[in-house]
Amino acid sequence: MLAYSLKRLVLAFLVVLTVSGITFTLTNAAIDPAKALAGESATAGDIEAIRKAYGFDRSYLVQYFDWLGGALTGEFGESFRMRRPVATLLAERLPVTMTLGLCALAFALLVSIPLGVVAALKPNSGVDRVALSISVLGQALPTFWFALMMIILFGVVLRWLPISGSDTWLHFVMPSIALGYYATPAFMRLTRAGMIEVLASDYIRTARAKGLRAPTVLFKHALRNAIIPVVSLAAVQFGFMLGGSVVIETIFALHGVGFLAWESISRSDIPVVQAIVLLISLFYIVLTLLADLLNAYLDPRIRVA
Amino acid sequence: MSTSTVIGPGRLSPGQMLAPTPGALLRRRVFGHRSLMFGIIVLGLMLLMAFGAWFIAPHDPYAQSLATRRMPPIWHAWFWDDPKATWDHVLGTDKVGRDYLSRLIYGARISLLIGVATMLLSGIIGTTLGVLAGYFGGRVDLVVTFLITTRLSMPVVLVALAVVALYGSSLEVVILVLGFLLWDRFAVVMRSVTMQARSLDYVTAAQAIGCSTSYIVVREILPNILNSLVVVATVEMANAILLEAALSFLGLGVQPPLPSWGLMLSEAKEDMFFSPWMITLPGICLFMLVLSINLLGDGVRDVTAPENRN
Repeated sequence: MLAYSLKRLVLAFLVVLTVSGITFTLTNAAIDPAKALAGESATAGDIEAIRKAYGFDRSYLVQYFDWLGGALTGEFGESFRMRRPVATLLAERLPVTMTLGLCALAFALLVSIPLGVVAALKPNSGVDRVALSISVLGQALPTFWFALMMIILFGVVLRWLPISGSDTWLHFVMPSIALGYYATPAFMRLTRAGMIEVLASDYIRTARAKGLRAPTVLFKHALRNAIIPVVSLAAVQFGFMLGGSVVIETIFALHGVGFLAWESISRSDIPVVQAIVLLISLFYIVLTLLADLLNAYLDPRIRVA
Repeated sequence: MSTSTVIGPGRLSPGQMLAPTPGALLRRRVFGHRSLMFGIIVLGLMLLMAFGAWFIAPHDPYAQSLATRRMPPIWHAWFWDDPKATWDHVLGTDKVGRDYLSRLIYGARISLLIGVATMLLSGIIGTTLGVLAGYFGGRVDLVVTFLITTRLSMPVVLVALAVVALYGSSLEVVILVLGFLLWDRFAVVMRSVTMQARSLDYVTAAQAIGCSTSYIVVREILPNILNSLVVVATVEMANAILLEAALSFLGLGVQPPLPSWGLMLSEAKEDMFFSPWMITLPGICLFMLVLSINLLGDGVRDVTAPENRN
């Protein structure tokens, strides 16, 4: 277990290093930060002065390690646009995005696990087919268009839910559904496949044979084992949802990290963009690392291979 | 001659005596697969729209007209007696008076172009990496796995948005960026199917008679992983189309006045409360295109899967 954990940790560290390198290179190669900072009316002299003052004249590698060192201690520099520390901006916006991501994940799991279980109880039945059709149709639905359709129906026609802002929990209902539904087909298929396999196993037959009630067998014995792969998929999907929040937050004007990302990208606010890309990648890397370690702990076959 | 039509034991053609040919079996599986047929027909119609756009479209998709701004679609005349709805603009016009139907028809070109070009680029990158990793294993596999892990940990939408915005948004940039971001699934799937194919007897046989590695990869491995490749290709094509629409919707994809469906949604956003059909129609087009591609992929997987034979 220790050897596996160490190997996995080294891999995660190398991935962080590579991702940060790519992020830094892509953003810095695109536009001259000194020019972006100086504004359009700046003279060549002004730009030169800014380049010296901010250290943009140093060598590329020095700048990169300076940035990475700062990032590791939570210091991402200052926003060009708002003239405030990026770390403070992120700290303000992160709770909204975390709430959105967790609500979306909860929605996806609450819809897909019961559907998957019911579908697995009677494979190829009417319920199974309906669940499968929903997942095929849902996968083809553009997320942002689904969000707009919900706004028209629930926000404008029925007036049940607020359509923008992040003041109350009601503001999170539509964004969570819009962000979460896309993950439901994957969860549902995994739950269904896992349940079908587990229900056919010997220990379920034993549990039934010794006269346990059907719900006990289903939830205590079967679902518990079928759900293990769903947990690691949930980690991956949560990472994807944080990345996908940029579209949903922009549509619903939820003031989270995704909305901040879109604002900063449109205005070439490079320090903020770099920090957000690195932060979301880091979340994903840590989540998948934890999921892998948990799986290796639960299933010894993984750590030996 | 009437005598020649008599069917007797000695007059059967060879085909009538044998079991159906593999081709006939495949045709039967394809035509009997309802969702696959639906996918093929819808995708065919979309292709027809894209290639015949100049012929089918009733108007120039770029022609603006102040006199015909925000005209409602024809069903507003049927249900609400709206005198502004006319057959001249069956699906109405947008906020600068461009014919909506013509823009939707031309929009199929952009979505399909982005889908196919991105799929080819990411397919070449991903398949090369995946086949190399699966065939050689060892250090090559280690490097490729590392590349896949790195790629997966970068948020696609965010990175695509940032790169397109910083490097200038155009059709070419969008295709390049998506192509370099969406190769991971190709690599993952191709790696595992190549690993399986490598240990099969005919590959060992080819190695034993001294075939070169490139010959084995191209002539023995590739034909046998082709069906998995087609399935992944459809998934990534659908993915690329949805991503382009999202980027264009956020104003950082292809640029106006191109009739991209995502861009049309973005332009109609301010009118969504008064003219909801402007938002509804491009979304339905996107949905149908992506659905047909997904059904095609699922169908190909079903009819070519070995366990589904017989």
